[in-house]
Amino acid sequence: MQNLPDKHGHFGEYGGRWVAETLMPALLELEQAYKQARRDPKFRADLERYAREYVGRPTPLYFAANLTARLGGAKIYLKREDLCHTGAHKVNNTLGQALLAVRMNKSRITAETGAGQHGVATATMAARFQRECEVFMGALDVERQSLNVFRMKLLGARVHPVDAGSRSLKDALNEALRDWITNVRTTYYLIGTAAGPHPYPMIVRDFQAVIGREARRQILQHEGRLPDVLVACVNGGSNAIGLFYPFIRESKVKLVGVEAAGLGLNGPSHAATLTAGSVGVLHGNRTYLLQDEMGQIRETHSIAAGLDYPGVGPEHAWLKDSGRASYVTATDEDALEALKLLSETEGIIPALESAHAVAHAVRIAPAMARDAIMIVNLSGRGDKDMQSVAKALGVTL
Amino acid sequence: MAKEARIARKFAQLRARNEAALIPFIVAGDPDLRHTGMLVTEMEARGADLIELGVPFSDPMADGPANQRALARGLAAGASLSAILGLVGELRKQTQIPIILFGYFNPFYRYGCERLCTDAAQAGVDGLLVVDMPPEESRELAKPARAAGVDLIYLLAPTTPLERSRTIARSASGFLYYVSVTGVTGAREQVGADVESHVRELSSVTDLPIGVGFGISTPAQARQVAAYADAVVVGSALSLLIEAHGKSDQLLSAVGGLVGAMKEAMRAARPAHLLSPLPDQGKG
Repeated sequence: MQNLPDKHGHFGEYGGRWVAETLMPALLELEQAYKQARRDPKFRADLERYAREYVGRPTPLYFAANLTARLGGAKIYLKREDLCHTGAHKVNNTLGQALLAVRMNKSRITAETGAGQHGVATATMAARFQRECEVFMGALDVERQSLNVFRMKLLGARVHPVDAGSRSLKDALNEALRDWITNVRTTYYLIGTAAGPHPYPMIVRDFQAVIGREARRQILQHEGRLPDVLVACVNGGSNAIGLFYPFIRESKVKLVGVEAAGLGLNGPSHAATLTAGSVGVLHGNRTYLLQDEMGQIRETHSIAAGLDYPGVGPEHAWLKDSGRASYVTATDEDALEALKLLSETEGIIPALESAHAVAHAVRIAPAMARDAIMIVNLSGRGDKDMQSVAKALGVTL
Repeated sequence: MAKEARIARKFAQLRARNEAALIPFIVAGDPDLRHTGMLVTEMEARGADLIELGVPFSDPMADGPANQRALARGLAAGASLSAILGLVGELRKQTQIPIILFGYFNPFYRYGCERLCTDAAQAGVDGLLVVDMPPEESRELAKPARAAGVDLIYLLAPTTPLERSRTIARSASGFLYYVSVTGVTGAREQVGADVESHVRELSSVTDLPIGVGFGISTPAQARQVAAYADAVVVGSALSLLIEAHGKSDQLLSAVGGLVGAMKEAMRAARPAHLLSPLPDQGKG
């Protein structure tokens, strides 16, 4: 397999730098800064030290014995990203990029956020490294995720509700890009997923790849061999690419991404971009999108607020087309069932996003051999979702 | 097919008269396509030299609030790319004013790059400006555009280093569009003090005409910029007028009024050139 992306940021036909000219010099500058940083032993040492002492890495690879016994098939291991500081894998990326922002002498860090997890992880790092922080969040999400808005404010960030368009994540991203176009000289734009213009998909992947590197080392310790299959939820796809990337060259390891089928793929209420979308250009990259035949971006739905972006990272688009990874879906209902099952069997309440990956594990494990090995990325914990889960289960808190 | 490019001819005529071009931008379909057609005719009558038609897109990341709302109105009015090309075809029965489609790549891409260039040329579109397509990504559109004789117009920003501007200029045709602010579209109180020096610097690396836009909304600003630039683009100010007047009787006079005042101010910025205009190269 070739080293991707190429020098123009392309993964096959995907990726690239589809941005207004104002941002092009900033993207070239960021790429240079990142390439220097990743060769710099001091930068790598800082990253490793903060990952260990501040984020809590390495996260455990946990053998889910009860769940495995219940399903009666493959051995299921959970990569416990839910145990990271701030409650999800998002912080791996915000730590790395915040260190980059410090290195580049940018005084102000901005981010988009949907459910607020990336916003919280960004605000956390901005506080740690004493940078000004502004987060763009769809007005609808601000209403739905008031707890995370409060967390960001406690951490010293300013939260800007975005009233344009569908008032959700994609509009927050538009606004964050507009802000960057306006304040590009002073601002580090800290994107939250492995999408957007080059070099972001590469940078975010590299910072998230710590998940896969650890999992690889850990499974060799536990089992003495590589796993048969990796399962992770995918929307932008940063937790999935983080787990998959160190295994891409291991052709015997199956890579499976699980997208949000929402209320079902027959209607419009889902966010299964790779499964049901078509190729287009949005937010700086060419990739699969949920769009109409005229190229207008569609509204989406998922019970998991972190899975309702209408695009997907370009490397996943390439992995899909090349056949190296496969992409399946789980509905809102599947995810809820999986969340309940994991809570009851293992005492772990997963985030609704991660519950999509668990749902697929539940679906395929029983038919697999008992000595088969599966790693499921438990990308985040479910505390943030208790309101939504209660509502979906008809419980009043 | 390859007739002389309308954009180049227009700039040559203006240069001979020592005039800067006024380029109004309006969103196609705002408030509806019928009015867009009427607005083009009116703006030409009031002194517009070229026209930029905005192609509606759901996620206009380089536009400020005024144009965002205008694009949303165009989208709601059903201004698809094929409907816009249909409108340009109709307009070509009555006017030879150069028309540029100004939009984001995705709607163009979904229409198909080759098909777009062929259909655009046939309808009488003279240029395409794709806000989110830097020259690095232009391959699939540049070839069919050249084959169809449609100019590809590129943006240059205050953040663009001179060497990069030189490279971009080599990919461009028609004219170069200098973005006068580090920011999105929308009215600003003042034109930045460094715009003039940037434009003068750019003219040292290209023979193409240089237009200036983003943030220019008043006759006074247009006059100031016309003193040194080859063209002035006004957009958000017109979107706001269209928003205020909708489909009312005042729409044409309000938009025409601002266009007329801007062109007049721009003429005042330069002494009239009475000598040897280029021979009229015939209309139509």
